[in-house]
Parts: sequence; structure tokens; C-alpha cells
Amino acid sequence: MYRTDDYEGMIAETVPVAGANGDLVHAYFARPTGPGPFPSVVLLHHMPGWDDWYKEAARKFAYNGYAALAPDLYCREAHGSPEDVMAKIRANGGVPDDQVVGDAVGAAAFLRALPTSNGKVGVFGTCSGGRHAYLCACRSSSFDAVADLWGGGLVMQEADLTEKRPVSPLDYTKDLAVPLLGLFGEDDRAPTPAQVVVHEEKLKELGKEYEFHNYPGAAHGFFYHDRPQAYRAEQAVDGWKKVFVFFERTLAAGA
Amino acid sequence: MCTNIVERAELRAGSGRGREGWFSLAQAYVSYDHPSHIDLEHAVNLDFVNEAAGIDARVAVELSIDSARSLAMAIMAAVARAEAYENG
Repeated sequence: MYRTDDYEGMIAETVPVAGANGDLVHAYFARPTGPGPFPSVVLLHHMPGWDDWYKEAARKFAYNGYAALAPDLYCREAHGSPEDVMAKIRANGGVPDDQVVGDAVGAAAFLRALPTSNGKVGVFGTCSGGRHAYLCACRSSSFDAVADLWGGGLVMQEADLTEKRPVSPLDYTKDLAVPLLGLFGEDDRAPTPAQVVVHEEKLKELGKEYEFHNYPGAAHGFFYHDRPQAYRAEQAVDGWKKVFVFFERTLAAGA
Repeated sequence: MCTNIVERAELRAGSGRGREGWFSLAQAYVSYDHPSHIDLEHAVNLDFVNEAAGIDARVAVELSIDSARSLAMAIMAAVARAEAYENG
């Protein structure tokens, strides 16, 4: 609980992080000042890229006591305005899943090596980043918890598979070994409510630890206050609370 | 990508006006995915680019589906008349 006589401070800056294949990629690193120990979160950005919203989200995590690291998943492709970079990535059909997993694992190692770390690292993502977060939690042992916020393309059909996205993340569910939080809008089309049900049925069947919350009156991206058509204040406020309650429980030292 | 809907056209001749002025166009991408500016979840995004000239050699247009259809029909109608004109 915040008190008005608490000291608070934060440092936020761009740092290089070793990602997939040891490649150095840029990452936005926001963390509280002080000795810690702090839990950590890797933020995997959405399809529109490494943009203002994600840097603001990293600072929100830092304000709430987390070391937060958001790697630029498009760093190898190009640099310029986030819009121009997104257009290039969109034209190229996205970035390879394997590369994203490597970048996220590198980001987790960076955070865990900090002297201020409590040893726990979560992964958070929205939109394509939600899908990536789930993929990373299933395909690596680097994370202690995962928050998937409206990750589209998690339940894929054969025809949806590409060279860059060769396996449906749903097929990795058997390998998920950490708690999962899922937040979804009932009016979303990527993922659709039916796809969320398919995912939930798989989690139940395999006995995985998860909690899903489906928000009425919300579609895709309902946290995005910079997108008036998508933003839903009431659902976003509740959703952020659920994110922090979840990570407080799963990333506490000794959890 | 959220939708995986993207089409590419090679442009043999064309010019576009970007932030630095006119440049030669080489490719156009037409996608249906998250836009940057128009306040829609997904839009028909037209990116007129020259990939060899750098990432900011781009003219961007974002349209609703019905607007994109209107534009496509207008282009096809104009192209048909232009071909008739050129062929005498």
C-alpha cells in the first residue's frame, strides 16, 4: 500500500540485451531505485511495435515495484518511427516465433542476473505479445508466471501456420509449468470467445494452473487508452488490478 | 501478426510523396490488420514503399473496408477508361 511519506524513484532507459542467437537488441528497462529485492517482468510488445504504450506499461510495472524490461522484438528488422517499422513487419508477415522466444529468454536472464532481483521473472504481453508470452512460458523454463492479454493466433488452424509461426501455441500447452492469467474481451475477434473456450478446455484437460477473465463490453485492446475506439475504462482498471494481484502472488520471493 | 492478411504488388512505375518529398515507388502492400492512426481495430492499410530507399520511403493510407472497396472500384473504373483511351 502506497503511503504519502514513502520514498519513490525510478530509472527508465534503453539498454542492450543479448537475445536470440546472442544478438544484441534494444530493450526499454524501467525499474524502481533502491536495493530491492524486486520481482521482474518481461514485456512483449504488440503488433504495432515497441511504442509509447509499451514503454508506459514498463514504467507502470516499475512504479508498482517491478524491474520491467521490454525488448524491441523488431530491432533486427529496421529502425525508424514505430509506424514505419510496423509497416515493414506487417509486410513481412511478422517475426519468427523462435526469435521472439530467444529474445524473451535473454531478457529474463538479464533481469534474473540483477543484484536487485528476487529471482522471480514473469512475462506479460498483449495482442501478438500475449500469444508470444504464452509461447515463451511454454517453451522455456525462464519464467515463473505468464499474463496473456487477448493474445490472438494462439489457437491456430493448419492453414494459419507459416514458416515464421510453424506451430500453434495451443500445441505447447502440455509444456506449460507456471501459472497463467488470461484477460479477454467478449467482443474480440482475435481471439474469439470460442477460441478462448478451446484454450481453456485444453488447460483444464491437462490440469494446468490458470485463471481466465472474460470482459463483457470489451473487444481487442481494451487497455489502450490511446485508442479511444478500443479503450474500456472500467474493464481496463479491473484488468490492471488483476494483473498486479496475479504477479504479486506468483512472483513473490519464495512463491 | 493478428490477421495474417497481406497482399503485395510490384509497381513497375510510380511515384509517391512522402515526408521528404517525392520518391519512386517499387512496391505496394495491402493488409488488413491493426492500423496506426484511424480509430478502428483493423483497417485496410495501403503502404506504398520503395524498400531499397529506406524504411521511411513510405506513403501510408488507412481505410475502412467500405472505403477501401470504393477506392478499389474507382481505380478499376479509371484503369478501364485509361486503357480504352490509350487503345484508341
